[in-house]
Amino acid sequence: MAMAMMIRNAAASRRAMTPISGDFGGGLRSMSSWWKSVEPAPKDPILGVTEAFLADPSPDKVNVGVGAYRDDNGKPVVLDCVREAERRLAGSTFMEYLPMGGSAKMVDLTLKLAYGDDSEFIKDKRIAAIQTLSGTGACRLFADFQKRFCPGSQIYIPVPTWSNHHNIWRDAEVPQKTYHYYHPETKGLDFSALMDDVKNAPDGSFFLLHACAHNPTGVDPTEEQWREISQLFKAKGHFAFFDMAYQGFASGDPARDAKSIRIFLEDGHHIGISQSYAKNMGLYGQRVGCLSVLCEDAKQAVSVKSQLQQLARPMYSNPPLHGAQLVSTILEDPELKSLWLKEVKVMADRIIGMRTTLRESLEKLGSPLSWEHVTKQIGMFCYSGLTPEQVDRLTSEYHIYMTRNGRISMAGVTTGNVGYLANAIHEVTKSS
Amino acid sequence: MASSMLSLGSTSLLPREISKDKLKLGTSGSNPFLKAKSFSRVTMTVAVKPSRFEGITMAPPDPILGVSEAFKADTNEMKLNLGVGAYRTEELQPYVLNVVKKAENLMLERGDNKEYLPIEGLAAFNKATAELLFGAGHPVIKEQRVATIQGLSGTGSLRLAAALIERYFPGAKVVISSPTWGNHKNIFNDAKVPWSEYRYYDPKTIGLDFEGMISDIKEAPEGSFILLHGCAHNPTGIDPTPEQWVKIADVIQEKNHIPFFDVAYQGFASGSLDEDAASVRLFAERGMEFFVAQSYSKNLGLYAERIGAINVVCSSADAATRVKSQLKRIARPMYSNPPVHGARIVANVVGDATMFGEWKAEMEMMAGRIKTVRQELYDSLVSKDKSGKDWSFILKQIGMFSFTGLNKAQSDNMTDKWHVYMTKDGRISLAGLSMAKCEYLADAIIDSYHNVS
Repeated sequence: MAMAMMIRNAAASRRAMTPISGDFGGGLRSMSSWWKSVEPAPKDPILGVTEAFLADPSPDKVNVGVGAYRDDNGKPVVLDCVREAERRLAGSTFMEYLPMGGSAKMVDLTLKLAYGDDSEFIKDKRIAAIQTLSGTGACRLFADFQKRFCPGSQIYIPVPTWSNHHNIWRDAEVPQKTYHYYHPETKGLDFSALMDDVKNAPDGSFFLLHACAHNPTGVDPTEEQWREISQLFKAKGHFAFFDMAYQGFASGDPARDAKSIRIFLEDGHHIGISQSYAKNMGLYGQRVGCLSVLCEDAKQAVSVKSQLQQLARPMYSNPPLHGAQLVSTILEDPELKSLWLKEVKVMADRIIGMRTTLRESLEKLGSPLSWEHVTKQIGMFCYSGLTPEQVDRLTSEYHIYMTRNGRISMAGVTTGNVGYLANAIHEVTKSS
Repeated sequence: MASSMLSLGSTSLLPREISKDKLKLGTSGSNPFLKAKSFSRVTMTVAVKPSRFEGITMAPPDPILGVSEAFKADTNEMKLNLGVGAYRTEELQPYVLNVVKKAENLMLERGDNKEYLPIEGLAAFNKATAELLFGAGHPVIKEQRVATIQGLSGTGSLRLAAALIERYFPGAKVVISSPTWGNHKNIFNDAKVPWSEYRYYDPKTIGLDFEGMISDIKEAPEGSFILLHGCAHNPTGIDPTPEQWVKIADVIQEKNHIPFFDVAYQGFASGSLDEDAASVRLFAERGMEFFVAQSYSKNLGLYAERIGAINVVCSSADAATRVKSQLKRIARPMYSNPPVHGARIVANVVGDATMFGEWKAEMEMMAGRIKTVRQELYDSLVSKDKSGKDWSFILKQIGMFSFTGLNKAQSDNMTDKWHVYMTKDGRISLAGLSMAKCEYLADAIIDSYHNVS
């Protein structure tokens, strides 16, 4: 509604616009603005939380909003492997434009993580892949690619999902449908409803899947369930697009976190993958990621890659260098790579530890509710089951910040605040 | 193959609801079992559906970035890359500014974290970039009437603005110079903003077709967006004079158009940041609302780090706040938030008086080298070409590029015969030319101009 109004208003105000008149000896004459019809945009539900948190003067405030890892002191972390890579890169004299497809080296190393070091597909050059602006950029380029080359297609998105997924496919003008995913009663996966939706979708539909550590629920299919999903996808001829933003970060083991993808590859699907180094390498602000599309053969991969580049060129020309260099430096050096793997495990383990502590604390407080899901879910987020009203109370009464869907970023939980958090959650839920 | 796939059904992995009918071969539509493939060395089962991407053809090589790729492949020792606009030293080496290295070392020592920037980018950068453009203390800044968002260099900043135009000015057209930077049209096409052209380059004078430009801007439907190059027009190197800028501003106001500046060379054109911002500041003085896209690729040599900004000058602080929020809404589904590294470098350089002074000196040096090489090229052309052709356009043009006036066939000759790589519109990047190579280039140009049609 709002958009249609804005468009009508914009057209009307343009017609009514009087030319800016008079002399301009100094200062501004009163003038009508071109921007009358521009409404203030609603705050981004996720990033808006951090803005509100930063503005809060309370010393007790806790930020379990945005998904950025914090150490046990609640501080952002730059991995040691990254610091070392920075040192090695210092004084670099290369600042030239990357090719439109980004750093070939970084892309190659990244594909190995997702597809496997010895992947036949990599050897056979069947993967069209480019460096992207982290996971968002990869998803957006895929959405634009889907729109351009499969113009009648829709995207099936799980309920719930990372809110920006909706924005991405909307701005790419790809119609969206949803499929069942989260089961509020069990706070787990609604597997039979998911399978029903997959079955009922028209043959050859496009599906967005979270490879591991589903955002925002933390609920992942089991390996067995992934195999069933893959088989059903095959029967239906669906296209699987994996958003893998947490490889290594979920279980601590990158190979294990890529299991869903490996199952689909074994079963012969030609998939698409968005990969991000924001969390697992802590390179959030560097915007490093990769989009890959597995093709029939090397020739098709070349064509598809060229078309992906065609989409990137009018968006940003070529991707930023620095983060890509960090990734390459780390992954191509066995020592640094090994250090990275250790550090990723430390992050994953800390989160798993905090899940346990939070659940135990709530149980100790005598909560009437079950908090089993806190430890069953995986990755950065816990879908607490808190209602928006309860979340609002947590914020207004306890200065605890999270998104209104009840998603808690476990990365923001520390030994220092877990007791306070548990107590506050107990207070707002004990009478439910 | 097919039978081994069908046998999976017997292990009850498929839900009971799927009837056996679905697994029959020969059913219409995308039957996944229709086309069996076998790979002798691969034990896994292979997807048999035809690819959705079957019909995807090879995209054409990018006319600008493709030139460098062709140059790299050339083995001739005389080869000269005058294609993409990236600055080179006299030794034809890329140049990372000393002040950039300093800033990076500072950042390394400080051990800055790598957290997400806000959607609108680094605040210190946004402040610095607006001040560089308008001058610190300018009324538009003091009155908080500029919405500034960090963007992915010039391209990304232009794209954000194009998306805003598409969303809030449906049907409005952007009028762009003929010729213009090759990627402008791609940007507006992909953003679905219609465009048309205004005359700009006059091949007869190898100068500005001012009458044509004014006439075409007047002709454009009221409220069109007029894309202007703030300084150092790309690809021609031909800029309006200060007097001409005044007339351009007059006609834009008369027609109630919205100016849209692309400022990719501030400081790089004349060597002076303030001088190169004169056109933008003239428009700001007029009290107009307009867009300005900025890039630090050339003037700070930060090509690879993709650092720039989109500025929207509004008539009120309230409008600026609203516009900024909507720009953020466009950026979020494109890349969430912009890369931090380049932004920090700019903020550090501009924020420190010493480094800022050093930057200005290095910029003067780069602009100076280009001016010197223009003179050398001109001198070589004049001394070698006995036809009496007027080569003075080389000296009149400004910035990294020169429009030679060579047509496509002649440009091809430059490449095929002389191994001089340039874009097919006759544009050469003087940033890629050394004093040592001026004579060779002069020979190539003279040959192509006179002997090829």
